Amino acid sequence: MNWHALRESWSEFRESPAGLCGLFLTTLLFLAALLAPLLSPLNPYDLEQLFLENSLKVPSLLDNWAYESFMLGSDGQGRCMYSAILYGLRISLYVGVASTLLSALIGTLAGLWAGYQGGRTDTLIMRLADIQLSFPAILIALVIMSLWGQGVGKIIIAISAVNWVFYARTARASTLSEKEKDYVDAAISIGVSAPAIMLSEVLPNIMAPIIVIGTVRIANAILLEATLSFLGLGVPVTEPSLGALVNEGYRVLFSGQWWVSVFPGLALMLVVLGINQLGDRLRDILNPRLKR
Amino acid sequence: MTVNQPLLRVEGLTKHFPVQKGLLDRISFQGGRLALRSQVVHAVNGVNLVLARGETLALVGESGCGKSTLAKTIIGLHTPTAGQVYFEGQEISRLQGRARKPFRKKIQMIFQDPFSSLNPRKKVMDIIAAPMKVHGLVGKTDRQTKVYELMEKVGLHPAYANRYPHQFSGGQRQRIGIARSLASLPELIIADEPISALDVSIQAQVLNLLMAMQEEFHLTYLFVSHDLSVVKHLSNRVAVMYLGFLVEVAETEAIFLKPAHPYTRLLFAAIPTLDVLEFREGDQQEGEVPTPIDLTRGCPFHPRCGRTQALCREMRPELTSLASVSGGEHLLACHYPVRD
Repeated sequence: MNWHALRESWSEFRESPAGLCGLFLTTLLFLAALLAPLLSPLNPYDLEQLFLENSLKVPSLLDNWAYESFMLGSDGQGRCMYSAILYGLRISLYVGVASTLLSALIGTLAGLWAGYQGGRTDTLIMRLADIQLSFPAILIALVIMSLWGQGVGKIIIAISAVNWVFYARTARASTLSEKEKDYVDAAISIGVSAPAIMLSEVLPNIMAPIIVIGTVRIANAILLEATLSFLGLGVPVTEPSLGALVNEGYRVLFSGQWWVSVFPGLALMLVVLGINQLGDRLRDILNPRLKR
Repeated sequence: MTVNQPLLRVEGLTKHFPVQKGLLDRISFQGGRLALRSQVVHAVNGVNLVLARGETLALVGESGCGKSTLAKTIIGLHTPTAGQVYFEGQEISRLQGRARKPFRKKIQMIFQDPFSSLNPRKKVMDIIAAPMKVHGLVGKTDRQTKVYELMEKVGLHPAYANRYPHQFSGGQRQRIGIARSLASLPELIIADEPISALDVSIQAQVLNLLMAMQEEFHLTYLFVSHDLSVVKHLSNRVAVMYLGFLVEVAETEAIFLKPAHPYTRLLFAAIPTLDVLEFREGDQQEGEVPTPIDLTRGCPFHPRCGRTQALCREMRPELTSLASVSGGEHLLACHYPVRD
């Protein structure tokens, strides 16, 4: 992509307020996650900063409008909710992005290979994908996580094992249409090897739809992680993600301490909303068939 | 290697494509029992062809007659169903990977569509340098100079080397394709309708470029075309193809002067002319090209031929030598050739 095309895409992107909101929200939340150690008043991971007398504090923002610890209240262990949300956002986004990258890598290569080779390889890979799609995603992730135990690395692998299918299908479809073009025949007749043709000739031409699928699926991966964590199969309790925080709050939700569940839930909603808006807009721009 | 050994010899080359249909379509009743019948497209049927070093052979025929398939089978983009391709005396059609590589260097292809034949994500520099890189012909440091040289030869300014294909016009893109095909210093270039996708104003330029390059690099061309006026200008010999069969092969002057096959005559009659008096109504034939799926018995051309007799419906004529006036070989596949 050169500079000019980039600027053109940006001016087109600007036309949609929803897309801009998405971009703004996403950037804001990514920045908040990145700068969590600077922004948060307390470190929720530092057990020495947790005191039981601080447990289930009412959000201080309700009384006075100030940037301080416990401004969004605290949970049952005396964790500052605001700090916990910032750190939880970090884990959620990290898992979302990392699992998207991993599943995009695996799925794209599998789809590229299936589409380019065709025949039995194609049948084998795509049937595997079909079979996997016939199970609910959460079920597969649940099985993997309950067999394997908790951990951020494991949850990334579990989510990737679910999500590679979408990239594989997209990559295969694009490869099938690219494969018919003469530049592939030209590369064959020059003597370029099949793996080199796949990676250096075809791959750059199928990236646009993969990127679009990627941005849309990040939100999905974050939600899947939150669901797993909510069910207690995701991240360890000592380093809660947004889903784990919602789960913790849900136990005290009906005794009046609504803030423990609601604020992480809101943060989760904003992340998913922002990324989805951004992804939709990107899809509109990168897919020429959807252009006016 | 003997001196008069042909550069390329094609023997009985056949390429059939299976028609992929659902299982239900393929089931048929035959003699009271179910049978699975698989249909094939007879794209190329037993083609024999010889190319001498340095000559230009034009392969002509209407669209769908299998000329592109023949070209692609020779260069190895399709594996032949039957038959052999000999390059400098060695059978190459079934070589794979490493064994095939030296021949990939010696045979290059120019494609019809200059828009899909260049990878849109690659710079001109990388496109033209690709054959040198693959075959390790030029060291990394000299590659750039070599590409500039080639670009100048085909009439492109070297300053354009860092541009992408979409920044060029059709004619310029075809020049890039020609430069790429020259980069590995090939001996044989298969040009699959290299100018038919271009503007008429550009066609002549590219054609002249091809001829100039042939002179400079001592190339042999297999030139696939349906444009007979181009063929007349460029080629030494002409091979006429119909429904996957070669029906007439002769030197260009001989075939333009005295086309012997009724189909060749039909083709020549279809050349648009400004001379109203030259228009010959009688040569126009009725009918469509028959499908290459179910080949009819007898001569492939007989359903459209005005001179069909009983023998034509029964037996397919073989490509045999015809006594020629000019001295060159004149091959023909017709029971009742036109002599006037």
